[in-house]
Amino acid sequence: MSLAAPTPKIALRINLSRDDLLMRVGLVALVGVLLLIVALPLWALLAKGFEDRDGHYVGLANYVSYFSTPALFNSALNSFHVAAVCTAIVVPAAFLYAYALTRTVLPGKWLFQGISLIPIFAPSLLPGLALVYLFGNQGFFKAMIGGSIYGFDGIVIAQVFYCFPHATMIMVTALATADARLYEAADALGASKIRVFFTVTLPGAKYGLISAALVVFTLVITDFGIAKVIGGNFNVLATDVYKQVIGQQNFSMGAVVGMVLLAPAALAFLVDRLVQRKQVALLTARAVPLIPKPKFGRDLFFTAFCTLVSAGILAILGMAAWGSLIKYWPYNLSLTLGNYEFANFDANGWESYFNSLRMAAGTAIAGTALMFVGAWLNEKTRGFGAIRGIVQLLAFLPMAVPGIVLGLGYIFFFNAPNNPLNFLYATMAILVINTVAHFYTVGHLTATTALKQIDPEFESVSASLKVPIWKTFGRVTAPICLPAILDIAIYLFVNAMTTVSSVIFLYAPDTKLASVAAVNIEEAGTTAAAAALCLVIVVTSATVKALHLMADRFLLGRLQAWRRR
Amino acid sequence: MTNYLEVRDLSKQFGDFTALGNISLDVAEGEFVCFLGPSGCGKTTLLRAIAGLDPQTSGTIRQKGRDVSGLPPAQRDFGIVFQSYALFPNLTVADNVGYGLVSRRQARGAIARRVEELLAMVGLPDSGPKYPAQLSGGQQQRVALARALATSPGLLLLDEPLSALDARVRLRLRHEIKTLQRRLGVTTIMVTHDQEEALTMADRIVVMNHGAIEQVGSPQEIYRRPATAFVADFVGSMNFLAGTLETPERVKIGGLAFACPAQDGLAIGSKVRLSIRPEDVRVRDLPADVANRVAVEVAELDFVGAFCRAALTVRTDGDVAPDVALVADFSSNLIRDLGVDIGSRLDVALPPDRVRVYAA
Repeated sequence: MSLAAPTPKIALRINLSRDDLLMRVGLVALVGVLLLIVALPLWALLAKGFEDRDGHYVGLANYVSYFSTPALFNSALNSFHVAAVCTAIVVPAAFLYAYALTRTVLPGKWLFQGISLIPIFAPSLLPGLALVYLFGNQGFFKAMIGGSIYGFDGIVIAQVFYCFPHATMIMVTALATADARLYEAADALGASKIRVFFTVTLPGAKYGLISAALVVFTLVITDFGIAKVIGGNFNVLATDVYKQVIGQQNFSMGAVVGMVLLAPAALAFLVDRLVQRKQVALLTARAVPLIPKPKFGRDLFFTAFCTLVSAGILAILGMAAWGSLIKYWPYNLSLTLGNYEFANFDANGWESYFNSLRMAAGTAIAGTALMFVGAWLNEKTRGFGAIRGIVQLLAFLPMAVPGIVLGLGYIFFFNAPNNPLNFLYATMAILVINTVAHFYTVGHLTATTALKQIDPEFESVSASLKVPIWKTFGRVTAPICLPAILDIAIYLFVNAMTTVSSVIFLYAPDTKLASVAAVNIEEAGTTAAAAALCLVIVVTSATVKALHLMADRFLLGRLQAWRRR
Repeated sequence: MTNYLEVRDLSKQFGDFTALGNISLDVAEGEFVCFLGPSGCGKTTLLRAIAGLDPQTSGTIRQKGRDVSGLPPAQRDFGIVFQSYALFPNLTVADNVGYGLVSRRQARGAIARRVEELLAMVGLPDSGPKYPAQLSGGQQQRVALARALATSPGLLLLDEPLSALDARVRLRLRHEIKTLQRRLGVTTIMVTHDQEEALTMADRIVVMNHGAIEQVGSPQEIYRRPATAFVADFVGSMNFLAGTLETPERVKIGGLAFACPAQDGLAIGSKVRLSIRPEDVRVRDLPADVANRVAVEVAELDFVGAFCRAALTVRTDGDVAPDVALVADFSSNLIRDLGVDIGSRLDVALPPDRVRVYAA
């Protein structure tokens, strides 16, 4: 043996195990899927904006004509105006509400928390319908508001209702992570309450506030249902896309408006990512959680505030519910279930509701599987950094894309005659695919967060024990992440039930969804039946969510005895 | 005798950063080797390269004569225990221990018997049906050990296995792991930053710093004859006195000269550091002609329990030489017998055979 001789340096060849190989193949397949369901449709949309009606390349002509048509350009200004005003109202209100939930002693806290979430279970056109009942041309309180509810005011009120839970959830998370010792230190140093608020509370919630503002701004700008129902002649970007595509069949201009709509949403998303990156963990493992102590004046004020906000939310929901049960608003106020006989208002009748259920179930199952397995592949594959970076990018992209823009991209991509996938067009499958793509980011993030929380050495241990990685996935990783998996599934189900924007371009007569049918019925002038359909959606998604909470508490507790100490 | 594990010219780069530079190392069969060093010295990186979890950039690893350099972990032969235990929380202790056995298609009864045997071996015979969260940290680490040994691997890798445990539990597990390792004769590599752990458990210690090996040797060698100033400083306590090498056997420090073992590696006149461990400073029964005698004054006296750690200032010609200071360990007996207190003046000696000299 010639150990004395220096070993020549040869580049090391790393052999891949079968696990490595399988996971890499899986990752490449995931990239393929995400390209198909996210990137290529957007690319098709981008390309469409440079074509005329006949498909000839016309350069920037469409964009030039967009920005030189005052009617179109005005919508952009309108959108920004509405979004700015809504953000200015929702964020402070959500901050106060979240402050009440996390930092004060509130009687019936769980109830207030629950009520604040209600709007999430409703399609966005529900608050619009309720406002029509209250302040519309035949509304109860029409006289009170002087002018017309249709337009700017109506959109703002309905958007505030619709965006409130999203902002509140972000603020609750931001405010819940407080270290009691910071407050004790401030007290010990003799800081006044006001000073403590501005030097401890507010800085701690800073990133939450920015995040909430960006989320509200994006939601308002990209929402379609509210402006559709209560916008009147007040045009915004989202309704313009719809009008250009459905009304005038002008796909190129629709694509241009879509791109204009994409810009602020993408920008808000980028800013949010940058801000999130700056956020360091305020709550270290050693932090002492803050438990609020009773304080009469403060608690009274916040109880009153929360009661007021909750009453507003319940009033809007209640109005929609009541309206849906009334025979002929406002002349015959006797109650009826006739508005729930949807066959009288829409050719599909109840079938659209069952379509929604099928679509939501399909999205929940297929989407959860794709998102969780995808996130797992991305987290656990050894090496392969470039592809993992691409997956991360593609997984984040949908968050920045308004539903209506994605839906439009789907038309251009999947309806192209030369696309071998165009057999999917006008099927239930494309609705599921589109919805999975639309909500991909949150599911991916939830799964990634859950996977990051479990010991990174599980895979090392299984490799040393010669157990294939997929076996550990099935026996250990997935069972541990079960709560997160359920969260993703429920999130997808609820959003699939309520979404309007991304699917409005994609349904076929026999795959029409309840939320879309509600838009159609409302368009035809039957507010009561539209409200009834919205109510059915609210009840369904709220019930599913309630079942989820109960399952979390009881079923998981039994299945996952190992969590108990 | 052929070595069980042969590491040759192993390097690991993270971009521009060299985590491991040309490491070569042999481990004999049945040996217990500790990688010891401060955090960031590359000891865990080396362990993970040996396991194949984070492959090296270049260099070869042979295990039992087989070149495993490029093999994925699943094709190597080792069991591993992590600081975090990495027990599967949703599986019972028995299922955790049997995890690697199940996939080997052994009969159910055989697996159950083996699991029982392993649990008895680590002293947890009745914990099979429990979940990891119901066990204490020390118990969880025993389960992790049993799981790693279940498939009878040829090599056991321990990545700071005791660092997350309480001091008392740590002491007991140290002993148990060592006993178990001896009984099974399994070749073992343990990573630790705790010098005491390395000294008590290892057959051989590999001291690492900045991605390179500083010294390889038995615990006694490492402690008694540290090869470098880094090792001397990192393992145990050490006095360092800056001086100049006057002759191969004499170091000049201020106005004093100290005899030392012959230095052939160092140039005459070069700056050196003379070192001696606090417990090697002699006080009692100094012969009249004792070498390296110095007069000192006790500046501080810290009570550490079994002994006192004294800070001494050296006096020359009746004056205090403030730049020459020594730390010495005085037993309680000595302090009582000699009536040592702060301000006491006494003579001490630095035995030349206990003195070591390093380049400054």
